[in-house]
Amino acid sequence: MAEPPAEPTSTRLYFHVYLGLLALAVVTTAVAFADLGRFSMVVALAIASMKTGLVLLYFMHVRFGSGIVRVFAGAGFFFLLILGALTLGDVVTREWMEIPVPR
Amino acid sequence: MTEVRAAVPIQFDDPAQQREAAALGMWVFLAAEIVFFGGALVCYAAAGWVHGREFALASNDSNLVLGAVNTGVLLTSSWTMALAVHAGRAARRRRLLLFLGGTALLGTVFLVLKGLEYREDWLHQLVPGRSFARSPVAQLYFTFYFILTGIHALHLIVGIGLMAALAVLAARTREPLSGLNLFENAGLYWHFVDIVWIFLFPLLYLRGRHG
Repeated sequence: MAEPPAEPTSTRLYFHVYLGLLALAVVTTAVAFADLGRFSMVVALAIASMKTGLVLLYFMHVRFGSGIVRVFAGAGFFFLLILGALTLGDVVTREWMEIPVPR
Repeated sequence: MTEVRAAVPIQFDDPAQQREAAALGMWVFLAAEIVFFGGALVCYAAAGWVHGREFALASNDSNLVLGAVNTGVLLTSSWTMALAVHAGRAARRRRLLLFLGGTALLGTVFLVLKGLEYREDWLHQLVPGRSFARSPVAQLYFTFYFILTGIHALHLIVGIGLMAALAVLAARTREPLSGLNLFENAGLYWHFVDIVWIFLFPLLYLRGRHG
């Protein structure tokens, strides 16, 4: 694995990340008033994920961390993905087909 | 013969390894936090899938202005937290104290605004219970609203206490500030609480605004 980039020596990067986060917060609020139907939630979650990415990579220094730190940082989200996929996989597909009643 | 005092505890090779170990420990704790908040959010998503329309309508009773302002407040606090960690690493004590204080202050502003919001919810009879003024499904939405924002606020209270404790430590310690990993780990905690709000804001406040 390639060496992670060195941590920033100036605080300018943090300011840019902060501005990016504020901009995305404004975008998500504005987009919420547009009628995107069922894609509203998809767009909202996509923007929230982008903001999370910025916070994780730069504020939480995952981008500057070693491989093992990245694996540990990803582990929680990975298990949350399993939890979410199995739970919602049940709820979302319940109406998809009728279960034949045995006679 | 002069004894050379070790710069790091005996179990570590060097400060870099100590730092990495500290970060790993914190991430293990945060992984537990991720599935804690995440589990609650998955329940909310499941209920929201079943009651999509009613949840969207109920969410319009949340105070969008206060929610949006609080989003800005919390994002700003994450920025000051990042600056505090940076100042700690650079061993700049005054800057560190300034930004720890700023972060705690912004966290307190968030809680005050959240309190005003809760008061408004209470007066509008949106608190689940006997005098709840809307439909049973709206009550389910507000149950999620209070649980999710409540445990988030609780985490913020802990975070503010942490900032205060670290400020006292930073002001008093004789050890080199740059060798302390506490600031970095407190930062990880604070940013995590910010991430939770990044999801709570659109999910709780924005889901019904387009209808």
